[in-house]
Amino acid sequence: MFNSALLDSANAHVASSGNAIADTARALAADSSTAGASDVSNGSWIIDHVTDSHVIEFQPFGEIHLPQFPPVHIGGLVIDFSLTKHIVMIWFAMLLLLIFVRAAMRSYRKNALVPRGLANAVEVIVVFVRDDIVAGAIGEEGKKLLPYFLTLFFFVLFSNLVGLIPYTSTPTGNINVTASLAIIAFFVIQISGIVNHGLIGYLKGLVPPHIPLFVIPVMIVVELLGLFTKPFALCVRLFANMSAGHIVIFALIGLIFIFHSIFVAPISIAFAVFIDLLEILIGIIQAYIFTMLTALFVGLAIHQH
Amino acid sequence: MPDLGLTHLAAGIGAGLAVIGGGYGIGKLAASAMEASGRQPDALGDIRTSMIIAAALIEGITLFAEVITIILALK
Repeated sequence: MFNSALLDSANAHVASSGNAIADTARALAADSSTAGASDVSNGSWIIDHVTDSHVIEFQPFGEIHLPQFPPVHIGGLVIDFSLTKHIVMIWFAMLLLLIFVRAAMRSYRKNALVPRGLANAVEVIVVFVRDDIVAGAIGEEGKKLLPYFLTLFFFVLFSNLVGLIPYTSTPTGNINVTASLAIIAFFVIQISGIVNHGLIGYLKGLVPPHIPLFVIPVMIVVELLGLFTKPFALCVRLFANMSAGHIVIFALIGLIFIFHSIFVAPISIAFAVFIDLLEILIGIIQAYIFTMLTALFVGLAIHQH
Repeated sequence: MPDLGLTHLAAGIGAGLAVIGGGYGIGKLAASAMEASGRQPDALGDIRTSMIIAAALIEGITLFAEVITIILALK
C-alpha cells in the first residue's frame, strides 16, 4: 500500500512537474517495490527464497539464469516448459538417487550374497519399506506395488533432504510437486481398488455394510468426499512441513539483519542450527508418513471389509 | 489502511491459536506415551515409533492452519 501511494505520487510528478524530481521519485518507487531493500522486516525476502524462481543464485559468485521457452499451446491448455529452480533441484535429487543406488548395485555384483557398506544401507531401507510399510498395510498383494512405494519413498526422502545443502532449495516445498505426488497416489489407490473389486463393487464397498437406512445418504457423501480429501491432506501435509521449516530458518537468520547488530548472531545461528537438525528428522519422518499413509489407503481400498 | 492491519492481526492470532491446539494434542500424546513406557519398558521401541507417527500427523493439521496464516500475512 505504501508502494502504490509512492507510485501514484511519482505518476503525478511525471504529469505535472520537472524531469529530475519525477525520475528520482519513480526510481525510488521502483526500487522499494521490487527489492523492499530499506525495510527488511516485511518478510518479502523470505518468500523470495522459499518460492520458485527462474534464477539460481550462487551469491557471492553470481547467478545462473535458467533457459526460458515460450509457452506451448496444446488444445486449449497453455503449458510453460521453462526451467525453474525447483525443477533443477528435482533433477539434482534424481541424480543423487541414481548415483546412490547404482553404487549399491555395483557392490552387489562383487559380493553377491553378503552386502557391505552402501548396499547394506540401501538394503536395510528397502527391507524396511517392504516389510513394515507395504506388508503391514496391504499384505501379500502389496508385492506387486512395491516398485511404486520404493520410488515414492526414496524420491520424497531425497527431495526433502536436498534442500539442506547450501545454495539449493527444497522441491517438495513447492505445492505443485506435492500435488503431483498426491494425484499419482490418488490414481494408484483408486485403480488398485477397482482392479480388485470392479468399479461398481468398489463404489458399493465404500459404505460400511450394517448401518441404519437413514444414515446411508450421509455415509455416501462422506465416503465420496473422503476419497478426495485423503490425498489432498497428503499433499498439504508434506508441502506445509517442508515450507514451514525453511521459513523458520530464514526468519531466524534474518533476525541478525533486522536488528542490525552482530551480537544477535551467536543466538540466531545456534537456533538455526538446531532447527536445521530438526529439519533432517522432519524430512525423513515426512517421507515415511507419506509412504505409509498411501500404503494404508491402498490397503483399505483392497480389503474393503 | 485498516484492511491490511486487520489481515496481519488475524494472521498473528490464527498462528497462536493453531499452535495452542497442536501443542496440547502432542503434549497429551507424549504424556500417555511416557506413562505406557513406564508401565511396560519392553514395549519402548513400538511406543516410540507410534508416538512419532502420531506426532507427525497432529503436526500436519497444525501446519494446515499455518499455511493459511502465511497466505494471510502476505497479503
